[in-house]
Amino acid sequence: MKHKIDSIFTQLERSLAITKKNIKIYYLKGPVIIFGLIFPLFLFLAFTIGKSIPLKELLPGLIGMTTFFTATAVGPSIMSWETRSKTLERLASCPVSLWTILLGDIFSSFLFGIIISVIPLFFALLLKISFLNFIILFLGLILANFCFSVLSILLSAYPPSDLPATSLMISSLVKFPLVFISGVFIPVEKMSFFARAIASFSPLTYFTDLVRRLILGVNYYPLPLDFSMMVIFALIFLVFTIKLHEKTFTKRIS
Amino acid sequence: MDNIIEVKNLTKYYNGLLAVNHISFEVKKGEIFGFLGPNGAGKTTTIRILTALLKPDEGTALVSNYDVFKNPLEVKQCLGVVPEVSNVYVDLTAWENLMLMGELYGVPKKEREENAVKLLKDFRLYDVRENLAKGFSKGMKQKLLLCMALINNPEILFLDEPTSGLDVESARLMREKVQQLNRDGKTIFLSTHNMEEVNQLCHRIAIINHGKIAAIDTPERLRAQSMELQYIEVLFDKPVNLAKLSERLKIANVSPAGNKFRIYTANPHTIIENLVDFARENNLKILDLDTMMPSLEDIFIKLIKQKI
Repeated sequence: MKHKIDSIFTQLERSLAITKKNIKIYYLKGPVIIFGLIFPLFLFLAFTIGKSIPLKELLPGLIGMTTFFTATAVGPSIMSWETRSKTLERLASCPVSLWTILLGDIFSSFLFGIIISVIPLFFALLLKISFLNFIILFLGLILANFCFSVLSILLSAYPPSDLPATSLMISSLVKFPLVFISGVFIPVEKMSFFARAIASFSPLTYFTDLVRRLILGVNYYPLPLDFSMMVIFALIFLVFTIKLHEKTFTKRIS
Repeated sequence: MDNIIEVKNLTKYYNGLLAVNHISFEVKKGEIFGFLGPNGAGKTTTIRILTALLKPDEGTALVSNYDVFKNPLEVKQCLGVVPEVSNVYVDLTAWENLMLMGELYGVPKKEREENAVKLLKDFRLYDVRENLAKGFSKGMKQKLLLCMALINNPEILFLDEPTSGLDVESARLMREKVQQLNRDGKTIFLSTHNMEEVNQLCHRIAIINHGKIAAIDTPERLRAQSMELQYIEVLFDKPVNLAKLSERLKIANVSPAGNKFRIYTANPHTIIENLVDFARENNLKILDLDTMMPSLEDIFIKLIKQKI
């Protein structure tokens, strides 16, 4: 038992080495960082500009989108890059499990998401926008980032492509519809019954709902449910990520 | 000598095709073991199983007494690997590539830094250690890959086509390093297409074809088993009609080889006597006469042509 626990800690430590590598190679690049910030901001402005909505009411949607898009921006393409640049087999030949590699990829997406999504929060503080409970908001942000990061690595599992553009295109096919059904632009309580039913299948719905509660004081789901659903989604995504990548790994290296 | 790798009845299907067909062999501790075969013969699949990247469908493989199926992480921990299709991280420096590998093998920081300095100096990469690998030549990348495989000081080294695509000087350096590493006590599992390399380096070789082991032995014994492949090369002072020579020697297997003739025979001394008679009868001088043992390439071609 002790040996197993030691082994898990060793693997976690090695996944951090993979995280460090990913950050150096894929994330610490000017265009990636700027894209992570600019893209959600402009997409959001495109849907809100010209409408006389107070800044405070815009903030939950902006935080939701920034968090979602940054945490899922690069993750889907990492496996494809590693396959294409023929580094995956070398990496997998090291004494690391496949889940260790995937966790390293998830951690790097997570860290990138946290750093970028804190920026709108920082601006909100500068503009003296008050939060009902900043600590709960920050915990929600951490959980949401983790959940979206796992989703981003799940999105790279199938098909096992060596073309990063293919992975990014497939991830966009999932990401954009999710934004529109998740209460970013229209709060859940204002949706029709059918739309609300669909929204309940998106993890972003629960994060947006949580942020609205903590900034605007209005929400549709109770806070514990928002947290629980994000945990459940993260676990489901994690299991599917590991299982699907295990299935497609042989094809990637052959 | 103890076996460091033991393969029994190993079988692997790829998309319904039998890629590795119930193969069994052993690799002794401290030897350089050559693994040869034509493209698609099952070499890389076998290596991927032995390096715990793929799971076998049947059979067992023990590497350093660990089962590749049950203890993949322990197997990987005692190996250094240069995969066939592999690359360094081109957006990292040579130093960062080595540090990454050291961390993934759990080598303590001080030790991995000392190892990295030594390896980079040994492989003449120390001066470019802070350069991004994207600016490296193919030879430099291959040397860096070998450094990365050695950062954990492994007891077994798997090299899949390590000199493929390298210039003559880099290939020679790689071969010298392989010999040096073997002298230092490392077991080396070498897959290559280069027969000269096998001839120079390997203590024993296995030839795999259609997923099965066609032969396994020392290069010398394999040659001795294929004496019908030995040949004589002869050079006359004047042009000679091939059909006439073949008729006189009563041997069909005579072929031109540049300005010489190559005569395959299991009985060279009789052929030499006949050649001398043929020269006298036709007023020819023999300028050169060599008896050649079968090359590994000849044996390889013979074995892969055989139906298994």
